[in-house]
Amino acid sequence: MTATLTHDAPAPAGGAALEVQNLTKTFQVQRSASGNDRLTALDGVSLTIGRGETLGLVGESGCGKSTLARTLMLLEIPDSGSVTFEGRDPFSLRGKDLMSWRRRVQMVFQDPFASLNARMTAGEIISEPWATHRGLYRTSRERDARLRELLQLVGLRPSDMKKSPQEFSGGQRQRIGIARALALNPDLIILDEPVSALDLSVQAQVLNLLNELQQKLGVSYLFISHDLSVVRHVTDRVAVMYLGRIIETGTTEDVFDRPLHPYTAALMSASPKLDPAARPEERIVLRGELPSPLDPPSGCRFRTRCWKAQDICAAERPAARTGAEAGRTTTALPTPGVRRTAPEGMQDVAHQAECHFPMVEPVREGGAGTPAATVG
Amino acid sequence: MSTMTSAPTTTRVDPGTTVLEVSGLNVDIRTPAGTVRAVSEVGFTASAGQTLALLGESGCGKSMTAKAVAGQLDAVAHVEGGAVMLNGEDLTRISARRRRAISGVDLGIVFQDALTALNPVYTVGTQLGEAFRIHRGLSARAARVEAIELMRRVGIPEPESRVDAYPHQFSGGMRQRILIAMAVALGPSLLIADEPTTALDVTVQAQIMELLRRLRAEENMAVVLITHDLAVVAEEADTVCVMYAGTVVEQGPVDRVFATPTHPYTKGLLDSVPTGSERGGDLNSIPGSPPELKDIPPGCVYQDRCPLARALCRAQRPDLRETTPGQFAACHFSEELLAAHAPAVTPTDTTATEARS
Repeated sequence: MTATLTHDAPAPAGGAALEVQNLTKTFQVQRSASGNDRLTALDGVSLTIGRGETLGLVGESGCGKSTLARTLMLLEIPDSGSVTFEGRDPFSLRGKDLMSWRRRVQMVFQDPFASLNARMTAGEIISEPWATHRGLYRTSRERDARLRELLQLVGLRPSDMKKSPQEFSGGQRQRIGIARALALNPDLIILDEPVSALDLSVQAQVLNLLNELQQKLGVSYLFISHDLSVVRHVTDRVAVMYLGRIIETGTTEDVFDRPLHPYTAALMSASPKLDPAARPEERIVLRGELPSPLDPPSGCRFRTRCWKAQDICAAERPAARTGAEAGRTTTALPTPGVRRTAPEGMQDVAHQAECHFPMVEPVREGGAGTPAATVG
Repeated sequence: MSTMTSAPTTTRVDPGTTVLEVSGLNVDIRTPAGTVRAVSEVGFTASAGQTLALLGESGCGKSMTAKAVAGQLDAVAHVEGGAVMLNGEDLTRISARRRRAISGVDLGIVFQDALTALNPVYTVGTQLGEAFRIHRGLSARAARVEAIELMRRVGIPEPESRVDAYPHQFSGGMRQRILIAMAVALGPSLLIADEPTTALDVTVQAQIMELLRRLRAEENMAVVLITHDLAVVAEEADTVCVMYAGTVVEQGPVDRVFATPTHPYTKGLLDSVPTGSERGGDLNSIPGSPPELKDIPPGCVYQDRCPLARALCRAQRPDLRETTPGQFAACHFSEELLAAHAPAVTPTDTTATEARS
């Protein structure tokens, strides 16, 4: 690694790079049948992303994943709640401080065909952020050297800088998008479905690249995806979102192998598995679809599709409970040397879920999402 | 439900009977740069009550194959040889009139994008009833009754009140149900489903797949499922055709093909799927990307990305040949893959094993 890649910010005392507390965002929309005209896209979202960590964000379309990503990019102003990035609130920053914040959180978009300007060359696309952040590389010689370095870093050739996006395949285009995100030496990259537009054989190349870059640069990822097998492979921890709320968080092993929330269990159970041994004996097929966020159900938002729902679920919103509070006796042991443990000092690393009747522990070790009897 | 099963024009077939037999199918596309072959010598068989999957990445020719079977190729594409036998009738040789008579009756299609496949200015009831009005000569009123019954059958709640709604008033999953209802309305013997769940969320995808399985069993249909998702193939299909650059590179029973792939592309695809619970380990990716149709090399179509490729692969295109009973692959060196799958050693005496370890 070269000197230019060194992060210039001092590492914070704790392990958290980004903390989101109780974030709420509503949008004014056309009045619905029930007379409601405010759509609650984020309804009290809290999460933490550690330094060098990958947090997976999963959930169905319309659950608020993209609004959260846009808010973290400061493209939306939240109604309430806070975002703290290394001890500072980006929404209170102005001028130079704000510019410096923006530099440190970058994004890679889903569609590598729509997210690159067809009238620019790859080199122009990757170096464009420096036109705004002028202080980063002052001379054209510096910029040119850095551009070549970035191209090599993402597995492209320096000669590719003169080509236009149309001359690249989908996987190569996504590499350009990643190089553009890296151009400002960010601390956090928001990856919004970064491989879902790519063919399987190419998807593996890009996932390998992202993993390699994280190891080299120590950058944190917020990995948004609907593909659970990909999320399982690349993340340290997972947050599951449903109708604007994070309903379950925990280490990737805990959430995948020992889900607490029935919705998580249903998601895991519903996703098709290549390996016959990994398939649940009985698949949970949910009834119905995601309710409109304009008229979310009272109490627990999942109750309209939940097979465990009882009267209390409509009356009372469930509080977050940890696995231990829900009667769990085991927690995932991090596989040594493979998956990193959550950084020290992070508060919400415990496995927890918002449910009145969490799933009982699966009997088989590693058996994912078998429907279990109701627990009291 | 009884209204459907009494469908008079469809001949009932026993499970396992061959419904569709495609052989030597070629499809050419005219481009400004000249004619390119998008589908080359494709052949497969679909049987009643079973699902055949056409599996491949974008541009491999799987959708083009399905469109050729359905007679819905774009104007720039045409079938250039081969046969598509549906219940003994070659669809490549029939008149447009005959094609219209069997479309929807013997052959139903479900497309990927349910919003664009439905007409936004007609109610779903009108669109669902169309098949009954045209092919059965039912009155609008009688067709509406059939439409409501169909909606109930594919699991759309409150069909009596929803029948007069427009497509945009339905969710993605419900629209897909409506499309499936249209495709199976007249009890076809063959259902082609082109990426039916790709645009849907995972919990809705599970619902739609369940519906397709149920309808397949009820109607004893042959289903041709076009997908890029290996896990969907593993769960839903009986047999699979793996396509690459317009050709079938491997085919056979899904269980066998996925357990012991005998084409390096199939093996490469299977290895690219993140399956383990381990984090961050490098996935086995296939280097490079599929060739452009105009640049398909002579010899094996997969040579540029293949770890086994050598001189023979550049000189000669391998034919599909049987590698294990019922399993076929187009590779000169399938035996090397098979040898790698086989148990490493089958020693006859234990001392040999000990000596080796």
